[in-house]
Amino acid sequence: MPPAEHVHWMFATGFLLLGLFLLAEVIAGEEVWQRRAWRPYLWPSFLFLMGVLMWPVMTFFTNSTIHMVAHGSWAQVMMFAGAAELGLVKGKLHSPLWRLATPFAFLVSGVAFLVHEQNPWLFQRSSFLHHLLGWTMVVGAVFPFARAWRPNWAVANAGIAIVFVFVSLALFSDRDLAPVFGRLSPLAGEPHR
Amino acid sequence: MSTHTATETAASRARSEHHVWRVRLLASLGPLTALAGVVWAIVQPYRVTLLHPHGQGFWWLFVQPPLLVVLAGALFHVFVARPLIEDLEE
Repeated sequence: MPPAEHVHWMFATGFLLLGLFLLAEVIAGEEVWQRRAWRPYLWPSFLFLMGVLMWPVMTFFTNSTIHMVAHGSWAQVMMFAGAAELGLVKGKLHSPLWRLATPFAFLVSGVAFLVHEQNPWLFQRSSFLHHLLGWTMVVGAVFPFARAWRPNWAVANAGIAIVFVFVSLALFSDRDLAPVFGRLSPLAGEPHR
Repeated sequence: MSTHTATETAASRARSEHHVWRVRLLASLGPLTALAGVVWAIVQPYRVTLLHPHGQGFWWLFVQPPLLVVLAGALFHVFVARPLIEDLEE
């Protein structure tokens, strides 16, 4: 099994790709993006897949109830948002209210980050990243929320892409146990690397 | 030249320039991402354990952030950006 930080890095790669897909859609424009039948399904199905892959992470890589619940909630909301977007693209879902699934996923993800981090910002690097990611997702929810009302608004779509790239950078910065800005609480233990 | 034709030409030129910039941006997204991974590998060479593989397992050798960033950039460029540019140029 991979070490936990490698799992974070693999998910970081997934978020980086998600961000790139969305940026490409914004740059090319919706009409060109939809010219090939598979492309509109690309990022929603990728998000859904990441949600599916979060389940084994929840099962095999969490070492406390609160971590398990947080990872489980990420798995559920990623699958939910991905499935809702897939349904909208396919035309199976008609109500525009389904577009609120993605901002809902952002909010739940952010709150899960903030609630399951028990330590202050500068306790260690992962604590800092949990707070940073939590607030990024909560504040970043404004972009999918705006997109729910104006689906083709490039600013909202670009905002979502940038949030995903930022999440990717934060996850790539994660280490098992490391200082943040040179600070590491003595209660956190010895840095591993 | 009539005013109507001149306006059309200017609009057409603006569209064409906009189109060229879109193609350039799409073509550069993947390579820039991969370049970021390469720069990261240069800044933190100890992350690329392939350079000193003795005693390292699969995860420490191949699943390192700079390599993953390069891989993401390359995959995106080949499988998403290139077909998209083809469609944009049609």
